[in-house]
Amino acid sequence: MERFAALVDALTYTRSRNAKLELIAAYLRETPDPDRGWALAALTGGLSFPAVKGGTVRGLMMDRVDPVLFALSRDYVGDTAETASLLWPDPVTPPGPVPGVTEAVTSLAAMTRTSAQPELAGLMDRLDANGRYALLKLATGAMRLGISARLAKLAFAQAFAVSVDEVEEYWHGQAPPYAALFAWAAGGGPAPRSDHLPLFRPFMLAQALEDTVVDLDLFAAEWKWDGIRVEIVHVGGETRLYSRSGDDISGSFPEITGALPFDAVLDGELLVRGSHQGGEEGGAASFNALQQRLGRKLVSAKMLAEYPAFVRLYDVLIIAGEDLRALPWHERRERLEQTMALLDAERFDISPVIPAQSIAELTEIRARARDAAIEGVMLKRRDSAYVAGRRTGLWYKWKRDPLLADCVLMYAQRGSGKRSSFYSDFTFGAWDGDPDQGATLLPVGKAYFGFTDEELKWLDSYVRNHTVNRFGPVRETDHSLVLEVAFDAINASKRHKSGLAMRFPRIHRIRTDKPAEEADRIASLLALIVD
Amino acid sequence: MGLYVEPAQCWIDPSRPAELALITHGHADHARGGHARTIATPATLAIMVLRYQTEAGATPVNYGETLALAGGVSVTFAPAGHVLGSAQILLEYQGERVVVSGDYKRRADPTCAPFAVTACDVFITEATFGLPVFRHPPIEQEIARLLAARAAHPQRCVLVGAYALGKAQRLIAELRRAGYAEPIYLHGALEKMCQLYIEHGIALGPLRPATGASRAELAGQIILAPPGALNDRWARRLPEPITAMASGWMQIRQRARQRNIELPLVISDHADWAELTQTIAEVSPAETWITHGREEGLLRWCELHQRRAQALALLGYEDEDD
Ligand SMILES: [Zn+2]
Ligand SMILES: [Zn+2]
Repeated sequence: MERFAALVDALTYTRSRNAKLELIAAYLRETPDPDRGWALAALTGGLSFPAVKGGTVRGLMMDRVDPVLFALSRDYVGDTAETASLLWPDPVTPPGPVPGVTEAVTSLAAMTRTSAQPELAGLMDRLDANGRYALLKLATGAMRLGISARLAKLAFAQAFAVSVDEVEEYWHGQAPPYAALFAWAAGGGPAPRSDHLPLFRPFMLAQALEDTVVDLDLFAAEWKWDGIRVEIVHVGGETRLYSRSGDDISGSFPEITGALPFDAVLDGELLVRGSHQGGEEGGAASFNALQQRLGRKLVSAKMLAEYPAFVRLYDVLIIAGEDLRALPWHERRERLEQTMALLDAERFDISPVIPAQSIAELTEIRARARDAAIEGVMLKRRDSAYVAGRRTGLWYKWKRDPLLADCVLMYAQRGSGKRSSFYSDFTFGAWDGDPDQGATLLPVGKAYFGFTDEELKWLDSYVRNHTVNRFGPVRETDHSLVLEVAFDAINASKRHKSGLAMRFPRIHRIRTDKPAEEADRIASLLALIVD
Repeated sequence: MGLYVEPAQCWIDPSRPAELALITHGHADHARGGHARTIATPATLAIMVLRYQTEAGATPVNYGETLALAGGVSVTFAPAGHVLGSAQILLEYQGERVVVSGDYKRRADPTCAPFAVTACDVFITEATFGLPVFRHPPIEQEIARLLAARAAHPQRCVLVGAYALGKAQRLIAELRRAGYAEPIYLHGALEKMCQLYIEHGIALGPLRPATGASRAELAGQIILAPPGALNDRWARRLPEPITAMASGWMQIRQRARQRNIELPLVISDHADWAELTQTIAEVSPAETWITHGREEGLLRWCELHQRRAQALALLGYEDEDD
């Protein structure tokens, strides 16, 4: 626990993404199993101990400290776990040895509502203030160190010099403390097998086209549909639907998961039937219609009838146990076209290839497409394998309406007037390079409208639950939320560190489906400057 | 505004120019310039001269020496253990004894005389760290962390924010006590005060100006600067500084993060909770007046321990010298 507490401490005071990566990587290298696995899960919020609640910690303190002094201290410190860690009285009898992470996790997991207080107290007695802080944060599952799942995977890859794509691939089948994953990466053991499980496979992503010239002999063009990117997986009789960040959203879309009866991993766009995109026949509704369905745990028959979902397929990764990812795109496309016959046409269709012979023709088709909802065009290199992440030169997105950017929420401030009790002024940023290579977020704009009242409430509570830092009226979040920002123009600006100023930015959409690392880069925003 | 001593018509630590001012110690929130007459320890007066150039009508008074003031009030200065020259002020009037502690601490400090427990009827205590969450670790532990950070990053420097009066010199003296013999580099704003300490017989070892030193020279070194200079333009020429700060506030994570501190060092020249409560118990006055900080916490402690106490609302004292 001492080493883990020291890591938590160091991460608390480290701002740079690279330095955080190094700290975590060093910890993972130097710490034995299964401690490091539990620690990794704790850092990324992957552990929960239902018996321990915020109230458990408060109750623990009430038995030991005057309630008035506790309340004054809590107000001053601003964090219950930290207050408790500092106020904890020295034990009367000599404490036992410092518990390891594994011991702490094991006993936390075994606690019940009634045993939680005395057992937690027993652990607290054996730790110093930093150790108590780490323990309480671990127990209540609120680390708030700004460690995203992606950052953890990168650190893991860096620690053992393995490829992060492989880590992404194997990670999803593993549960804490990730014994097989460590055995593979640190011990040179076999790669954890996951073929028999309905697991998420990392998506292949596109980069912004900017001023690259693309030859349509080498690239195929497809529409970029305005839904959410999903992966649908069926293995061993089970079907799962995953969002872009690998979140399992199967529960919200039973009509989709019920419609893939054979072993396959397919990549596509989740849409709702309608006439907004792609015309009356076989068309899709607007993103708003889809939003009615997102995030719902229970889906009513009425919902299913009013907003029927389907997947417009882009690609096939695996079929009948055969991994097609190493094949060129055109071969995968052929296999996908063959597969369509086996699928329920009500739930699956295929994203058509745009029949353009030249970029000039494509430009014309793209400009003529009357569908405001189609986001733009995707360009896929015909000979490209399906590789995880965003690789230069393979897939491009050519947004039709470039005045939208995916940004990361960085700071929030309370509004004024009737919104003064809500965090309603949002500062968002874009990456100054590749986040996997240690890029950082730079603020690019500030918006305080564009959202509905309901979204405002949601954003407000998001901010409160993801605060890592406070500066007077301003809260800094853990940089985990992607906001799609609409704006009128981008101008060059010497006054801003990012080198740009957004004109009239507003929150267009909240993109909980996107991981922060996939938000836009400064360079692609700078490319939008018109002079 | 400070405390007004009615029968003697004088002020203690007034925040505005006064006819007669008794000064507990040289921190800016206690010692302001411009008084017609000033009574303080010789070291405090020297600090005031350094800060405000001239100090007219200065009367030096040594620890333990008693002075008669107007109206039958007599005053004695006793060490407060806070910074060089810091004093508690004992006022005696018609058989009643009042001690104004000023700022104080109970830990050993190689740069100043230790706090002297002085029996009294009314004890006026500070409460900067008047909440039980404040438990300052042994300074040796924090110095060891500082030295470990330096050793771990030979290509970087450790830039430590420390208040110009007291904290900086104590930090240097403690580094020396821990066997650190390398030159310590100083921001220009700290040089004169260090010189003053040296002239008062406090050994600080080799000191060098940080300004003008090359990046190569500063790599692997410890540099001290006033807290305000940590994120300043000035710091940009330093070799990848590890930003540290020596202050009691560093115990609170949020405080350290707000200031972008990478290495928070919990080192304070004020009493922590245990020292505050221990001091009230040892002085054991008939009544305790609490000022200057988190009064409510200490007030609650007095209530729980059946000690008469009240909070004094004194304005104008900042937390700038913690
Ligand atoms: Zn002071
Ligand atoms: Zn003070």
